[in-house]
Amino acid sequence: MNLSSRSTGFSFIAPLLVLMVVAFNLPILYMLGLAFWEKGQGFTLDHYRGLAEAPVYLRVLGNTMRISLIATIANVAIGYPLAHWMRGLPNRARLIAIALVVLPFWVSILVRTYAWIVVLGNGGLVNRSLQWLGLTDAPVQFLYNELGVTIGMANVLLPFLVLPLFAAMIRIDDRLLQAAASLGAPPRTIFWKVYFPLTLPALAAGALLVFILCLGFYVTPAILGGGRVPMISNLLDTLINQIPRWEQASAISTILLLVTLLIFAAYRRLDRKASA
Amino acid sequence: MSDIRLEGVTRRYGTVAAADNVDLAVAQGEFVTILGPSGSGKTTLLSLIAGLNRPTAGRIFIGGRDVTEATAQERNIGLVFQSYALFPHMTVLENVLFPLGVRKITGAPARARALEALKLVRLEGLQDRRPSQLSGGQQQRVALARAIVFKPDILLLDEPLGALDRKLREDLQVELKQLQRTLGVTTLLVTHDQEEALSLSDRIMVLNHGKTQQVAAPTEAYLRPANRFVAEFLGIANFVGLDGGRTGVVRPERVRLGPVGVDGGRSARVVEAVYLGQMVRYHLALEGGEGAPIVAAAPFVGKAWQAGEPVAVSWDAADIWPVA
Repeated sequence: MNLSSRSTGFSFIAPLLVLMVVAFNLPILYMLGLAFWEKGQGFTLDHYRGLAEAPVYLRVLGNTMRISLIATIANVAIGYPLAHWMRGLPNRARLIAIALVVLPFWVSILVRTYAWIVVLGNGGLVNRSLQWLGLTDAPVQFLYNELGVTIGMANVLLPFLVLPLFAAMIRIDDRLLQAAASLGAPPRTIFWKVYFPLTLPALAAGALLVFILCLGFYVTPAILGGGRVPMISNLLDTLINQIPRWEQASAISTILLLVTLLIFAAYRRLDRKASA
Repeated sequence: MSDIRLEGVTRRYGTVAAADNVDLAVAQGEFVTILGPSGSGKTTLLSLIAGLNRPTAGRIFIGGRDVTEATAQERNIGLVFQSYALFPHMTVLENVLFPLGVRKITGAPARARALEALKLVRLEGLQDRRPSQLSGGQQQRVALARAIVFKPDILLLDEPLGALDRKLREDLQVELKQLQRTLGVTTLLVTHDQEEALSLSDRIMVLNHGKTQQVAAPTEAYLRPANRFVAEFLGIANFVGLDGGRTGVVRPERVRLGPVGVDGGRSARVVEAVYLGQMVRYHLALEGGEGAPIVAAAPFVGKAWQAGEPVAVSWDAADIWPVA
């Protein structure tokens, strides 16, 4: 492509670029800058100092990390066997399984989250089944605690793990597994020495993606946590809409953004390895 | 080292028999090729012997032991695929160490054996590469080293040279034959390439529609084919009518060409002369237009018949082999 055609192309996307910069990038910069600014005082690090001094903020950040980690682990524990099972299905059944995994994407996250309240509530499907089976006497408290938040997030994010993992799994040539069997490897060895290592890059990339998405989750913790499971985006909501302390919110957002970028860099490295 | 025996081996998929009542006995140390067109069931047969697939009927014996119900792991077979099937996340050395590790052979002795196997296939110095860093021919050698390093009872090769270009394929054929002779391992090779079958094997088994057509030494199968299919699949066959409505086959190099009216023979016209280097292949139309065109092959010694020239065609009655 020569220079003139490149500049023609640029003039076509320029309006979009301007829109992006004005409507998206500048506000972000402004938001990030807020934390370093105090009226009448100029540049300051007070707001970050404030974060360090009030342990509640760090506790919420730690809490967010912990819940995200648990949700990610739950996702891996469910998603890996699911993707592996889908790989073994005949073509038609495979398509149906993929559709079932993707289907929740098309339902509003709000609807899905409220649906969990119906399913997990004290008089909900799960509790009534448990009591009918005689497994519990009193209803199990699924909602408005970490358990409910974890279940909800794991559900919403499952496709993000299963789809790339499944794609990596169907790329594995069956003849590799047959070769391993003919070389004398028992099924367990074939899985751990051949199959699992070949899916590992995709698994790690998918898990990191899920973890990043967990960090910024708002709707599900807000509804299924019932305000009792503070996660970072809910804290931000409070700081902006209720108190309001925008500078503090900005400082927290900056830290969240940095953590996310760090993890995303790791994700990119793994993803490149997975697709190589 | 073991012999292989198939007794009435059958594998059905629905109503189709991919292998239909196949009998075969391969002696210890013998090199047998299963030759057939695609869809003839040759790869199915190999996967049955390897234990990747179960026969619908029949028994399979390796070294006198009935392995019909044994898993692939229990059979101690070296298997080489056309697609190489190397483990992409392991180095060359790790690939070759894999079957040893499975057999609890580790450390220095395992390493020594793996390097020895790599030396046998002439891959010294490449043990730390990844399969993706090797050429097709080198990858196939790794697959071969991995298949022989654990001293398998038998070696099964599924179109091992099929993905390679012609020159490399011919070089590897020679190496494969020498390697097999050195190891003395009973070997079964599957191919659709008749030249490969003729040049490598002690005996050839020709397969079509899952049924055995002939099992014979290469020269035997070529000069005395059991039926029309074998005659046509192995090289070029000229079919000539015999007494009593029977058909015989004459191979192109047994067809003599001469000037018209000197030594007798039937008059014909050269339709096409194809120069092949050592040989010239002539496509001939017999005078009177009766029957299929005749193909003759003659060594090229400075002069060849030109297209359109009349020639006299003849062959000895002893060179005709009745096929039906």
